[in-house]
Amino acid sequence: MAEEKEFKNLVVQGAVYKTTFTKKFENRVNYVSPNPNEIYSFIPGTIIDLFVKTKQKVKEGETLLLLEAMKMENQVRMPFNGEIVKIHIKKGDVIPKRHLMLEIRPI
Amino acid sequence: MSLRSNVLDLRKRKKEVQKGGGDKAIEKQVKMGKLTARERILALLDKNSFHEYDLFVEHAAKDFGMEGKTLHGDGVIIGTGTIYNKPVCIFAQDFTVAGGSLGLMHARKITKIMDHALKMRVPLIGINDSGGARIQEGVNSLAGYGEIFFRNTLASGVIPQISVILGPCAGGAVYSPALTDFVFVVENISKMFITGPSVVKSVLGEEVSMEELGGARVHAEITGNAHFYAQTELDCFEQIKTLISYIPRNNSRKALAHKPKAPLKGTKVEDIVPADPRIPYDMREVIKSITDGSEFLEVMEDFAPNIIIGFGRMNGETVGFVANQPMVLAGVLDIDSSDKAARFIRYCDSFNIPIVTMEDLPGYLPGVDQEHAGVIRHGAKILYAYSEATVPKITVIVRKAYGGGYIAMNSRHLRADFVFAWPTAEIAVMGPEGAANIVFRKEIAEAENPEEMRQQKIEEYKQKFANPYVAAAQGYIDEVIEPSETRARILHALQVSENKSASMPAKKHGIPPF
Repeated sequence: MAEEKEFKNLVVQGAVYKTTFTKKFENRVNYVSPNPNEIYSFIPGTIIDLFVKTKQKVKEGETLLLLEAMKMENQVRMPFNGEIVKIHIKKGDVIPKRHLMLEIRPI
Repeated sequence: MSLRSNVLDLRKRKKEVQKGGGDKAIEKQVKMGKLTARERILALLDKNSFHEYDLFVEHAAKDFGMEGKTLHGDGVIIGTGTIYNKPVCIFAQDFTVAGGSLGLMHARKITKIMDHALKMRVPLIGINDSGGARIQEGVNSLAGYGEIFFRNTLASGVIPQISVILGPCAGGAVYSPALTDFVFVVENISKMFITGPSVVKSVLGEEVSMEELGGARVHAEITGNAHFYAQTELDCFEQIKTLISYIPRNNSRKALAHKPKAPLKGTKVEDIVPADPRIPYDMREVIKSITDGSEFLEVMEDFAPNIIIGFGRMNGETVGFVANQPMVLAGVLDIDSSDKAARFIRYCDSFNIPIVTMEDLPGYLPGVDQEHAGVIRHGAKILYAYSEATVPKITVIVRKAYGGGYIAMNSRHLRADFVFAWPTAEIAVMGPEGAANIVFRKEIAEAENPEEMRQQKIEEYKQKFANPYVAAAQGYIDEVIEPSETRARILHALQVSENKSASMPAKKHGIPPF
């Protein structure tokens, strides 16, 4: 077969099958286990306020920033008692979904 | 006054209204590469067969400057006609009249022809080309959509419903096509979405063109909203006519039989399929090697191409084919392919079309994305659809039939009427590679040369289970056949099934996993 070179390998239960992929399959997002020390945007929007600074100690439940999306102000809160390690955004930034906003660590 | 002058007056009135939105608007429509609503109907139906109703209907809206505005036919043409001499009901939205926007009378015309189609038990064809709700008519236009959706649902499974998207179809309007059986789209002309690019941009900041968001290609390949894709409107009309030739007029009839034809000579079915289950081939070639005239009308060709669905004829009678495609993703079942096949199976079951299943799959597609997107409930759809179907159900196991995939693909256990297997068939819980690793884990781990032991055990398992005879010994398959006997066996099975009588327990309706 002349097209044989274009075939790719798909492994299903230990067996390797020669086949082709769909665009949708090739574009699928590989799963990455969430890192609890990274806070990502869960929706695209605008940072309308930022309440914390690097190295600041923050208690669980305190509001870190306001993310406006779909005409709603979303409070992004601290998931545990910890410290702000790094800030990747500033007030007024328009950010997409799954954008790394803050790095934190528990103390 | 003579009758003659009344007739002349009628002709004048008709001519005036039939111009729709007038020359300027028509010119614009043509510039967009589109035919007018009337041209479309005339191109699709048999010559001189179209009869129009409600030509003189006018809107009664008063607000926002609508009073005194004349909208010819209120932006939609309805009527009846024939395709291949068989009646159909049809409506076509006229974009030249107020952008084909849907107001109260516009909707009433559509629901009138829908009621007619359902009462007369004839197919309904809707040509969509509309800017959406007529905002000036407010809640009346929403009511109009609701009345249409309700009738789409009532008619579902009773008469064939075909939607043709020949222009924009946005917002709520998209749900009428979504409720119908077959959706046709045309390159550069069809546009379907719930919220358009401007809203997507303003709310989410995502930049996307109309074509990328909801163009013909997108719906044919990615969303699965469209069943047929064409390059031009005229090609699209030919596709509709071909489809109509395969399906019955309503759920109490069978599709019209055509003159039986032998498959084209040339390819032999045994030359298409390699014996090694890991090497791909084009399953469509196998289907074409057994259908009348080697003809096959594929449905949803570009969406989830790891499963093939479509219509062919066997001895002149329409048959629905469902087949794994080893050429794409090794033919696995996944969310999209299960959804695609399940809906088609239910269509065939509703409209008395026997189903032939051609099987060759390694199982379900592994992956976090699949699991998280709900492959359990979506994958269950195909099981539900096959189990529920009472039309004749015939399965041919070509090669692999592993695990859950074996059960799902119209197995004996879901009450398949006939199950045939080629001698290349492997019916097992999983492929030899996976099975040997589990069954002989200890032996492999303890062996001096584990890899050698693994290969030896894979071979052992292959010899023992990778064949059709274990399942044949249980009666789970009816016969192991030679590939060249496939067509003859299916023809005979169809003949035997002609008066099949099977039913489901009495119930209002089931609760399928959708």
